[in-house]
Amino acid sequence: MTTDLGMPTTAPDGVGFLRGTESFPVAAHRALADTQLRRNLGHATRTIRGKRARVVAEVPDWEELRRAGEAIKADTMARLPELLEQLEEAVTARGGVVHWARDASEANAVVASLVRGTGADEVVKVKSIATQEIGLNEALAEQGIAATETDLAELIVQLSDDRPSHFLVPAIHRNRSEIRDIFLRALPGVDPDLTDEPRRLAMAARAHLRRKFLSARVGISGANFAAADTGTISVVESEGNGRMCLTLPDTLITVMGVEKVVPRWSDMEVFLQLLPRSSTAERMNPYTSTWSGVTPGDGPQAFHLVLLDNGRSNVLASPEGRAALHCIRCSACLNVCPVYERAGGHAYGSVYPGPIGAVLSPQLTGISGPDDPNASLPYASSLCGACFDACPVRIDIPNLLVQQRAASIASHRTPTAQDVAMRTVAAAMVSPARFRAAERVLGLGRFAGRSGRIRFLPYPGSQWTSARDLPAPPAETFRQWWKRTRGSQS
Amino acid sequence: MRIAVIATCLGDAMFPQAVKATVEILERLGHEVVFPEAQTCCGQMHVNTGYLDMALPLVRHHVEVFADAADVSVAPSGSCVGCVRHQHAMVARRGGDEGLARAAEELAGRTYELSELLVDVLGVTDVGAYYPHRVTYHPTCHSLRMLRVGDKPLRLLREVRGLQLTELTDAEVCCGFGGTFAVKNAEVSTAMLADKMANVLTSGAEVCTAGDSSCLMHIGGGLSRLRSGVRTVHLAEILASTEQGTPARDVVFDTAEVGESKGVHP
Ligand code: SF4
Repeated sequence: MTTDLGMPTTAPDGVGFLRGTESFPVAAHRALADTQLRRNLGHATRTIRGKRARVVAEVPDWEELRRAGEAIKADTMARLPELLEQLEEAVTARGGVVHWARDASEANAVVASLVRGTGADEVVKVKSIATQEIGLNEALAEQGIAATETDLAELIVQLSDDRPSHFLVPAIHRNRSEIRDIFLRALPGVDPDLTDEPRRLAMAARAHLRRKFLSARVGISGANFAAADTGTISVVESEGNGRMCLTLPDTLITVMGVEKVVPRWSDMEVFLQLLPRSSTAERMNPYTSTWSGVTPGDGPQAFHLVLLDNGRSNVLASPEGRAALHCIRCSACLNVCPVYERAGGHAYGSVYPGPIGAVLSPQLTGISGPDDPNASLPYASSLCGACFDACPVRIDIPNLLVQQRAASIASHRTPTAQDVAMRTVAAAMVSPARFRAAERVLGLGRFAGRSGRIRFLPYPGSQWTSARDLPAPPAETFRQWWKRTRGSQS
Repeated sequence: MRIAVIATCLGDAMFPQAVKATVEILERLGHEVVFPEAQTCCGQMHVNTGYLDMALPLVRHHVEVFADAADVSVAPSGSCVGCVRHQHAMVARRGGDEGLARAAEELAGRTYELSELLVDVLGVTDVGAYYPHRVTYHPTCHSLRMLRVGDKPLRLLREVRGLQLTELTDAEVCCGFGGTFAVKNAEVSTAMLADKMANVLTSGAEVCTAGDSSCLMHIGGGLSRLRSGVRTVHLAEILASTEQGTPARDVVFDTAEVGESKGVHP
């Protein structure tokens, strides 16, 4: 028996971006055919993979750091409610206001009413995946509030009415000539002679953003970490645009997934070594902003922290899935994933792409059945394990993928054709006699050509033979050979 | 040493040459090899497709068959040993059978992939093999990242007389097989295979080898479709080959498409 405590267990439908509209293989089909996308992604991920490997190799105690990161996260999840209350107390004591949002709708409503309360109809934003998750920009737009993304890549995505496809480089799927076209089309007051030189592109964005920074009264951010003991929030970034959003406006609103809390300020020592090397492949990122509540006469004079659940309690409740909450969004697992590299971030439907997205999104939303697009995400992996090796907090993503595959299957209310087939095979596999019989009637041989090569099989075998031959089964199984040659033994 | 061979379901039914080669290498080294005939499948396909409940009886069956079969068990497959070592106990625990989980852990502790058994347990790198071909080695994901076999297969290959080892670019990147991934996400799988094949072809090798028949079935199937003139051969078959011939060898994919290429058995 379960007791309903009134907590929404999964993220609600119809608000935010945790679920696409089509299954991964269908979405990936389009991406695979886009040669420009393949080239952009291949180039970008290959470059960052190489750099990351070099800067990680410099750190003699990298493995110990990973283990420390893993341990801090495990400790955090084991006492999350207590740490969040401690964080609330510390933030409140330093002049901030803490809001608790059960889901995307509540978080959006809180932020919209806070902005309206200031009388502003414009906000500047630091890149924040949590606010993309809940569809905050769209919710604010409905209330007549315009949000401007200030991270360069995020701005590119916003200007082209696109969706981000990577945690760190939301426009990783674009190259610079595409970016030039987007700026020429959508950037207010842009120089019509703009070239695709990176510096000129950055200057064009800067001119636009400076105007926004100087006029904005409200800034909205996410958070990389929040120390429960001191109430200190931190944002880690490369461009300095975040720093402007965090310091220039009068009001700062931070939307933070509850899993971002860490027990102690001193834990930052571990994460600030792990994160930059894993994400941008830098020894240290250029800008690390930290703030605790408000400081009279310096920076924003009103600070609001919105603690977002939106399905996280559901993840926390699952011992097999909980480790997905350890993620620090470095994106290393995306960059090393051979599936991500070829299919791109959009194929995952959710704002959380790549290997971690494939295990986080289905847990946040729940899986409604075999036709739920998120049911296909855990299968978007060959289980090659490159993600685990790259993950700075040692999340065993391959195991989480297997567990989410099990969750996907558990959502079937009536058995699918695959369920029935797997059950039949499993039954044969616990009976040696039936197993031998099954081997004999496998009967693939009849599809073999003269050369013993199978070039075509009917569906679902055609999924294999579309690109690969299959050898005809041998004349004799190993078992038969053994019996024939060693009959008397064992 | 008394060694139980795990044929693996794929090895038994589709690629017996790799299992026969495993038996031959170990017997040549003077060990007693047994084949527990009640064996079927480690359950990896069920586990990795998410049928953890259905996999429970398979795990139980595997443990029952192999627990007392020999001193150690060996499979010419990184992924099957990976399943035994990293997933069997998890499946048992999830199914609420702690006793089975412990038994599975004990068995897993003495279950080895072929290169591990040879190098770590038996302490040999020169197994007396002769294989006069240009060969490139693809480290399969589960042998590399689940079992951490490292350079053991390469150390074995370097001792093979006549063998010329050529380097494989991006060797550690997945070939795109991934079990049911290869059919559930056939297009992404094929895109990964395309890059693997390009690297195999530029390596200049005549033979691409690995420790898993499943990945070789995928890579070899692609190379065969392209009439590339490069074939796939399991590591065990190379190590079993001697100046007297390659007793275990079957032609898996006839890359020239001439005549019959049904298996030739000793
Ligand atoms: S799962 Fe690990 S590697 Fe992937 S983004 Fe999160 S922290 Fe980084």
